[in-house]
Amino acid sequence: MGIKPVSSRLGANETQPEIGLFRRLHIDLTLLVALLALCGFGLIVLYSASDQDPGTIQRQLIRLGLAIGLMGAIAQIPPQTLRRWSPALYGVGVLMLLAVLVVGEIGKGAQRWLDLGVFRFQPSELLKLAVPMTLAWLLSSRPLPPRLLGISLALALTMVPVLLIAKQPDLGTSLLVASAGIAVLFMAGLSWRMILGFVIVAAAIAPLVWYGMHDYQRARVLTFLDPQSDPLGTGYHIIQSQIAIGSGGISGKGWLNGTQSHLEFLPERHTDFIFAVIGEEFGFTGILALLALYLFIVMRGLLIAARAQDNYGRLLAGALSLVFFVYVFVNTGMVSGLLPVVGVPLPLISYGGTSMVTLLTAFGILMSIETHRQIK
Amino acid sequence: MLESSLEDRRREQRIVASRAIVAGVLVTLALCATLLRLAHLQVEEHEHYAVLSQDNRVKILPVPPTRGFIYDAKERLLADNHPSFSLEITMESVPDLQRTIEELERIIPIDDKDRSRFARLKRQRMRFQGVPIRLNLTPTEVARFAVDAHRFPGVEVHAELIRTYPLAELTAHPLGYVGRINERDLTTIDVGNYAGTNFIGKGGVEKAHEDVLHGRVGYQQVEVNARGRILRTLESTPPTPGQDLLLYLDMDIQKAATEALGDYRGSIVAVDPRNGGVLALVSNPSYDPNLFVQGISQADYDALLHDPDKPLYNRAIRGQYPPGSTVKPFIGLGGLATGMTTVAKTIHCPGYFTLPGQSHRFRCWRRGGHGSLNLEEAIVQSCDVYFYSLANHMGIRRLHTFLTQFGFGERTGIDVSGELGGLLPSPEWKERARKQPWYPGETLIVGIGQGYFLATPVQLAVATAAMANRGRYIQPRLARAKRLPGETKESEFPLISRQIDAGSSRNWDELIKDMALVVEGPRGTAKRIRSPHYRIAGKTGTAQVFTIGQKETYQDSKVSERMRDHALFIAFAPVEDPRIAVAVLVENGGHGGSTAAPLARQVIDAYLGGSRLSPSEEADHGD
Repeated sequence: MGIKPVSSRLGANETQPEIGLFRRLHIDLTLLVALLALCGFGLIVLYSASDQDPGTIQRQLIRLGLAIGLMGAIAQIPPQTLRRWSPALYGVGVLMLLAVLVVGEIGKGAQRWLDLGVFRFQPSELLKLAVPMTLAWLLSSRPLPPRLLGISLALALTMVPVLLIAKQPDLGTSLLVASAGIAVLFMAGLSWRMILGFVIVAAAIAPLVWYGMHDYQRARVLTFLDPQSDPLGTGYHIIQSQIAIGSGGISGKGWLNGTQSHLEFLPERHTDFIFAVIGEEFGFTGILALLALYLFIVMRGLLIAARAQDNYGRLLAGALSLVFFVYVFVNTGMVSGLLPVVGVPLPLISYGGTSMVTLLTAFGILMSIETHRQIK
Repeated sequence: MLESSLEDRRREQRIVASRAIVAGVLVTLALCATLLRLAHLQVEEHEHYAVLSQDNRVKILPVPPTRGFIYDAKERLLADNHPSFSLEITMESVPDLQRTIEELERIIPIDDKDRSRFARLKRQRMRFQGVPIRLNLTPTEVARFAVDAHRFPGVEVHAELIRTYPLAELTAHPLGYVGRINERDLTTIDVGNYAGTNFIGKGGVEKAHEDVLHGRVGYQQVEVNARGRILRTLESTPPTPGQDLLLYLDMDIQKAATEALGDYRGSIVAVDPRNGGVLALVSNPSYDPNLFVQGISQADYDALLHDPDKPLYNRAIRGQYPPGSTVKPFIGLGGLATGMTTVAKTIHCPGYFTLPGQSHRFRCWRRGGHGSLNLEEAIVQSCDVYFYSLANHMGIRRLHTFLTQFGFGERTGIDVSGELGGLLPSPEWKERARKQPWYPGETLIVGIGQGYFLATPVQLAVATAAMANRGRYIQPRLARAKRLPGETKESEFPLISRQIDAGSSRNWDELIKDMALVVEGPRGTAKRIRSPHYRIAGKTGTAQVFTIGQKETYQDSKVSERMRDHALFIAFAPVEDPRIAVAVLVENGGHGGSTAAPLARQVIDAYLGGSRLSPSEEADHGD
């Protein structure tokens, strides 16, 4: 209540002349340009990765248009409204996850989709947004940094959907949802001692467990990490994608000239492994440019977080930016052989509508946080 | 309150802002780690992965050479390659396999064997590769399919070059045949050079000249996708085609020799003494080599294998027979060369010969004896006693050494695969093979070409050619030259010869004269084949049969026939300037003079040109 006049005065004096068209439309131009550049590059790569199939490009373009529209629409919603919706969104999401599990149970097989008749909906995608939103809502209602109760509640709220999604099984998504929860806690100022504690415990247990296992058990763990892929095929995927990337060299084989992808040696080349196509056709130079663009977007998101108006906006903007980065890191790490194969797409480049909608919605939220600042 | 709240808010904002900075640093560090990994792959290890990528997409495919043709002495085609048509189904292009096969059956017969082969091959091949459903389509079937081909997407007629022998039975023994490469062949060939080749020479000239006929494999570098489908050719090295073979073998002579033998089991080999070229190489009966090219059916094979006349048996190079009296000119020459006899020396033939201190009588073929005769008379009348005496006088070692010079007991090295070397016995051989000492009586029967002594028809023909050549022994060969297809330049095979040492050249004159008298003399054992057109020199022979070496149980009526003697005859003509040397062997043919000699005359006539033997010419029963 008390600060209202202050900000109002500040806004009137300082930002009024700066307000441009995009600001009034609640669009962050910097982010929009970077995102469009990324999506444009994605379409160029996809054209090559799909063996120049115009149908694929057309479908991706339609999805992209819809998702960008959705992003713009979400950006109109003030953060306060989003904050109010957060717990409800979370509740609905978890209920739908349960529904999916029940349907899957009946169907005797892995189930991710909820068929709503008109379109198929993946509730786990909703949780990628609902979990950071709810945690931000939870933690921003108390002073920062969070106390033990807040941390425990946050962890519990995170673990419920993570376990439900892992049971589908969809390890990639459950990993992203977990990282969203952790990102909120991190942004909220979770004490370094605690972070260090978690890291030490995790680092101490992981190798003990790993080296205590037999080879075949390790292989099972690796298979468990990506149950969807053929266990025999996993090794093949990694080998072929490393060959694709490595053979690209510094300058690449040139657009449409990647032999690994065009001759079909590279599996999943227009979805999860599209990064290998970039590595093959555009070389290290292309990858450097792409990663720079990703880094720019993440940094812009973190800047939005740092200068957001309230704790909810700060925590949510920071978490969403970091989850976006986790996408990039896990996908590139997996394709280049640093990390085990987990089904995580390369954000805004891999073919597919689901992750694109989720990601651009998140950027809509970031824009909302940025553009509703200091404006009454 | 307001102050502290504002202070709290500022503190909270600082917390989040500092966390944002830390996050930014961590994100940058993590991306640097990713970049390091990528730099490792793309810069450091680039060469390695570039090679792997190249290996992935480029495959080397062999392009097999076409097999060389085989021509006879007059450039008549004896072996060529004909397209054979099979019907192939490409699984990925066939909408409904079951229906497709049912529909196909209506226009082209498909039996159970075709179905089971199809099912077996289908499992081994990729979906985009053709799988044969029928082999050996007739031209009618090809035409019938062509009309309806549009109704069968994914079904195609596939052509493969298959070796064909247009003269079939006539060339089976000299040429052999090609067949599918089997496990045993793989151990003897350069597998790389046979990549993509399905056939290899299995016998005869086809096997002996395999390297010339086959050529060198070519290669094609192709780009393939992950499933192995060929997308385009990057580079190709064409194969070097197999060279054509030009033979000395003359189908006119081969045919004449085959017709001369008629229904007899036996062999005729004719050689040009001037160059060792084999003009005819007949083994009777014969078989159709074309049956073997595509894989002979078990029934056909059993029939050939169990035929009592043994058509698969190449008597010309593998038939080892006692040469009988045909060796007498060579032994006589040996006697002169070693000084163990002279032209004038006479021996009395009472009809038998006994070794000193022994009672066993070695009989002459003429029971009453020939009386006193010299070398010339002994050859002309084929007196056994003369040669018992001469052999006894020479001893087995001198006999062995001298006869070895004529190639007895060793393979001639003829370029027909599968040759056997016969047997020229010696005490060493007997000790080794039988663990028994040599008995003097055994030397005597070597002197008349019996006992352990075995020779093949080709050995006899080549030895006769050497006699005609006055000691110039030339290794026999069917192939005269090789030639690249489509070119005229021929490359002759080298002539390999050696000189037989028989002392004075008068010794050769004597034996050639004696052999001429066998045909021309009033008491000659082959006088009935005398020709008005040219002079023939020859020697008859009759080999006793007690080891035919055949295990089959034949019918009673045939037993007596199979126990009859083998008839042999060796000859060359014209005497003054020999152009052909012939060896004739007729299994169970009886006497050499009456059975074998006329066949030789027919062959010589076919080569030198002359009248056929008139039926009025009387039969002669001398040996």
